[in-house]
Amino acid sequence: MKRFRGFVIKEFYHIFRDYRTLLILFGMPAVQLMLFGYVLTNEIKDAKIAICDPSKDEVTRRISDKILSSGYFILEQNLNTVAEVDPVFRKGVVKLALIYEPGFAKKLEKTGKANIQIIADASDPNTANMLVNYASGIISNYLVTMNTEKVPLRIIPEVRMMYNAELKGVYMFVPGLMAMLLMLISALMTSLSITKEKELGTMELLLVSPLRPSQIIVGKVFPYVFLAFIDAVIILVLGRFIFGMPILGSISLLLLESFLFICMALSLGILISNITSSQQVAMMISLVALMLPTILLSGFIFPVENMPVIMQVLCHAMPPKYYITIIKSIMLQGNGIEYVWKETIILIGFTAVFLAISIKKFKRRLT
Amino acid sequence: MSSSSENIIIVKNLVKKFGSFVANDHLTFEVKKGEIFGFLGANGAGKTTAIKILCGLSYPTSGELSVAGFDIYSQREKVKRNIGYMSQRFSLYDDLTVFENIRFYGGIYGLRKKEIDSRSHALMQRLGFESARNKLIRDIPLGWKQKLAFSVAILHSPKIVFLDEPTGGVDPVTRRQFWDMIYETSHDGITVFVTTHYMDEAEYCDRVSIMVDGKIAALDTPDNLKLTFGAASMNDVFIKLARG
Repeated sequence: MKRFRGFVIKEFYHIFRDYRTLLILFGMPAVQLMLFGYVLTNEIKDAKIAICDPSKDEVTRRISDKILSSGYFILEQNLNTVAEVDPVFRKGVVKLALIYEPGFAKKLEKTGKANIQIIADASDPNTANMLVNYASGIISNYLVTMNTEKVPLRIIPEVRMMYNAELKGVYMFVPGLMAMLLMLISALMTSLSITKEKELGTMELLLVSPLRPSQIIVGKVFPYVFLAFIDAVIILVLGRFIFGMPILGSISLLLLESFLFICMALSLGILISNITSSQQVAMMISLVALMLPTILLSGFIFPVENMPVIMQVLCHAMPPKYYITIIKSIMLQGNGIEYVWKETIILIGFTAVFLAISIKKFKRRLT
Repeated sequence: MSSSSENIIIVKNLVKKFGSFVANDHLTFEVKKGEIFGFLGANGAGKTTAIKILCGLSYPTSGELSVAGFDIYSQREKVKRNIGYMSQRFSLYDDLTVFENIRFYGGIYGLRKKEIDSRSHALMQRLGFESARNKLIRDIPLGWKQKLAFSVAILHSPKIVFLDEPTGGVDPVTRRQFWDMIYETSHDGITVFVTTHYMDEAEYCDRVSIMVDGKIAALDTPDNLKLTFGAASMNDVFIKLARG
């Protein structure tokens, strides 16, 4: 035990004397969170629009007011003719144009029908789609309030977005970011620190010493369990207090599941360092083989359900997917272990498999 | 300490294969307690493979081996406690200080804090390293690193110390000083098992084994070898053997 303690102390020296490691460990979570939080947002706020209103009557003014007071849009420019739409879009500022037909209110009064054209700049298709949805939503909402008596039969859908009423992106990226960062720190850092000993030749000295291989491995990963756990807490605290991410479920369950995920990622890191003996290769494997799938195939950004079947199968082989499912369920829905036990068992299974392969590989290397 | 006939390493028919390549082909030899045993050979002759097996870094394909009185298969832990090892890379942690390295290696061999303190103090006094106690390893010269790596390898007073090409890359003066350290160690009763490809160093050994293509081609005292092969120096002996 005393030997082991000395080993862990040495490991902390390595970490705290290398400012790059420290930067990755503690700088990255904060920076990533800020980046994702403020940059990668798909919420719409103050999108600039142009309005072409040749009719300028009571109804069109009210519709325009409603749209502009929604908080999603602000008026950039009034257009006189439809022909001005294209040049305005080309400047790149205006994302949406609203065009009323001439004599809008009169036509509506007479025939019960009038046309509004919504034109969106679809060079960014996601944003365009959302803007169009928002705008048409506001317009149909206005119509409903306007002719309450005239239409005898109406079906009014009442939409409620459960667990994320405001459709905030933060609810999606905090869990994803936790998975990504814990994976990166645990797997990348341990595989780097073990391969570093191999490169330096100090691993030989450790193996010659009375330390058991298992003690060496545990000693190497132990500090990272601790540090990754601190990172998990940092992300949760920042997510909670800066971005208002709710934590409805039990915090201890959340931390316990995070601990499990860290152990899974660490065993993956050990596995990587068993396969390779150079830091560069370890880094390549960690970044390419772990980061990309974590971002793309875990449901972090793109929903798994929309992927082709073969990709879905692949997604199910990605441990982060289960972790993200678990913590979303705990944080957003306030669920307990009875809802996430399946995913938990799968994570435990991954950990066991990675460790078993690592131990087998480690032994074979000695023969 | 006086029973010089006692064998501390016994190797019988050691074979190590990597696939179809035979790195060690039926090696049989003994090393006596307290002697300086030189393990010579060209690059790729199988020296490092053999030393790794003796240290427990690698398993032999077949053969009987006893190191420090313990069987290498069944008493591995006991073997490890009683040997020291220094690799050709003078492996120390670059980002730890001289003292921290000593403390770390002392610690993993289970030395108590007091022992580590007193031994490291004595060690640094002997080497004249007191001023470098708190310097990082990356800031000290290669020759110092080499001496320190050796001192660390014998810090826990092992019965045998294995030195794998311990003088690679250092200047002749430092090499000479290093051999003085090896002599001192041997005087203290520690058996020294050293591989090298510097033939002048072979002259310093009590007995020398010369490996050619995975086999032991000759094993005797340097003087007897020179006599047998009618050579003026170990270098000539080696060249005669290596050319077949």
